[in-house]
Amino acid sequence: MQQTRSVEIGTGLFVLLGMGALFFLTTQTTGGDDFSAEETYSVEARFENIGSLRNRAPVAMSGVTIGRVTNIRFDSVTLEAVVQFVIDSQFDQIPDDSDASILTSGILGSQYIGLQAGGSDTNLEDGSELLFTQSAIVLENLIGKFLVNAGSKDDD
Amino acid sequence: MTSVFRDVFNTSVEFVRTFGAFQLFSLRVLRYSPGVLLSRFDLVVKQVFNTGALSLVIIMVCGLFVGGVLGLQGYSNLARFNAEDSIGVFAAFGLIKELGPVITALLFAGRAGTALASEIGLMKATDQLSAMEMMAVNPVPRVLVPRFLGGIIAMPLLVAVFSMIGLFGTHLVAVELLSVDVGAFWQQIQITVDMDDIKEGIFKSLVFGVAASMIAVWEGYNAVPTAEGVGRATTRTVVITAIAVLVFDFMITAVML
Amino acid sequence: MKQLDDSLENLIEIRNLKFSRGHRVIFEGLNLDIKRLENLIEIRNLKFSRGHRVIFEGLNLDIKRGEVTAFMGPSGTGKTTLLRLITRQLIPQEGTIRIGGIDIATLNLAELYQLRQRFGMLFQNGALLTDLNVFENVAFPLREHTKLTNRLIRHVVLTKLHAVGLRGAADMIPSELSGGMARRVALARAMVMDPDILIYDEPFVGLDPISMGVIVRLVRRMNDTLGITSIIVSHDVAEVSTVADCSFLISGGKVAASGSPDELRTAKSELVRQFMHGMADGPVAFHYQAPDYEEQLLGRDAE
Repeated sequence: MQQTRSVEIGTGLFVLLGMGALFFLTTQTTGGDDFSAEETYSVEARFENIGSLRNRAPVAMSGVTIGRVTNIRFDSVTLEAVVQFVIDSQFDQIPDDSDASILTSGILGSQYIGLQAGGSDTNLEDGSELLFTQSAIVLENLIGKFLVNAGSKDDD
Repeated sequence: MTSVFRDVFNTSVEFVRTFGAFQLFSLRVLRYSPGVLLSRFDLVVKQVFNTGALSLVIIMVCGLFVGGVLGLQGYSNLARFNAEDSIGVFAAFGLIKELGPVITALLFAGRAGTALASEIGLMKATDQLSAMEMMAVNPVPRVLVPRFLGGIIAMPLLVAVFSMIGLFGTHLVAVELLSVDVGAFWQQIQITVDMDDIKEGIFKSLVFGVAASMIAVWEGYNAVPTAEGVGRATTRTVVITAIAVLVFDFMITAVML
Repeated sequence: MKQLDDSLENLIEIRNLKFSRGHRVIFEGLNLDIKRLENLIEIRNLKFSRGHRVIFEGLNLDIKRGEVTAFMGPSGTGKTTLLRLITRQLIPQEGTIRIGGIDIATLNLAELYQLRQRFGMLFQNGALLTDLNVFENVAFPLREHTKLTNRLIRHVVLTKLHAVGLRGAADMIPSELSGGMARRVALARAMVMDPDILIYDEPFVGLDPISMGVIVRLVRRMNDTLGITSIIVSHDVAEVSTVADCSFLISGGKVAASGSPDELRTAKSELVRQFMHGMADGPVAFHYQAPDYEEQLLGRDAE
């Protein structure tokens, strides 16, 4: 009987420790999912080029995450990328002429959407579309442009 | 020349036959699993102890050192980009998605898989399985299925323990030894690691648990019932599990990305 | 409820029966016996081969109810294989094995397990389950097949352990037991479900004389007091002679001789004499098949 008892205790400790580890991983390593709003509204924006923007990328305003990209698709008529994202409903005072640009966090970091407040009296609401957008800066294009400029300067 | 060809042909046929037999065996084990899980849970618990609790020490020690190595390696590479703060992310992704499940499965094969295979092989060699048959007790649900289920239950828990201890190992090296900022370390992890990453890790650990336990049980049950045969079965358990785990890991990662 | 006594030779006995309807006498002084099947196990025309090696061909034998029957024969003649065939751990290529009149090849798994509950088998080294102690080993069939209370299981198990003289060893684990003790525990386990047929695979191998005597006596006593049928596989001529009612000498895939031990000892057949008296050379040659001795030593192969 003593033997079964120690087996039971050992098993119990093992399972508890395993469960604890799972709990730790799910809460402590993902808890910083800094956007977890319950009520959101959805907004769209069109970009010429989204670079490497991904689903679930953050949407930030003044550096604070207020939303998340939910859908990225390609419009075959206008030949543009259509990015759909949600914003926490508590931030409902954002002017609808705000400007959305695709930015990079750090030099090699992932890309996110940054919102710059506009001056309009009407605010964004569910289904709005942002009209002023700025595409991602693609490093190759930038270097290409720089080289062309440098080249044309030499010709002068 | 023809004899070489014939050898190759025979070996291939034998390989396919063994593979087919393994599939049929797996189906048999799986068919009894729900019943055993419901009616003989006591047997399963005992095996969770044998495979899980007894592997805990080796898992924890290895996890600590793997995490520590990740910290050192990550630091020396990331420091070149001034990105030491991302060391936690580097280690967390590595541990949760890849190293945790894979290394745990390999250690499991070495510690618990060999124990299962040799135990079952010895039961066969000493006629214990035949004796059960003669007592009208089917050894598949009585002996094999509880061990298989015990392995499946133990594996994800072991993987979680391994990853957690590994992260602490990285923390020790990065924060305590190399003075990376502790806030940046954990915050970067929390921002980047997703629930999906953890789900991937759990999914992998379940798949590896099924594979490792099934292979161990199969090798033990099909061991040649002699001392030499049992020894060979344990060796094959480790080799085949290692191959299966790495192949599955590649396939799952390819599908998940 | 009254139970059928399985051990009686006659299944139905009618003695001095008188029955009349009105004045019409239908029976008077009628005596009639209906015998039960005398042969519990009948093997007919059995053929079994492993790969290309034929182990049995055209084997016929009968095992009588209530007797101790022994299979003897030189090593490698398939005595243990025959036990595995009788218990359907192996399936013959041809021929039939009937137990109590039922062809065991026709049974499905559930029926087979039902049949096996009527068997008790003692394996060569006991085959005790290593992860259970002695008590739990003996209790194992009860726990798996019955819903008896712990109290009742304890009662039954201790009774059986007492019968083999090991009630005091109930808490030991199998690795602590000597060979003879392990075999006695296994015997207690084989009996715990009160089987009809007890099968012993080489019960006398590797035992000291005292343990051997104990096992011999137990085999006989179990058989007689419990009215079961015993089958022994052994090549220990002396021990088998003291315990068996009937012996089959198996050689070359067939029954080479059968009869009581005394009959076998006085048999004229060369093979039987070689086996019963342990002579080194005879029909079973001392030398394994080999090329010519002189030629192999001096021949070209040596160059």
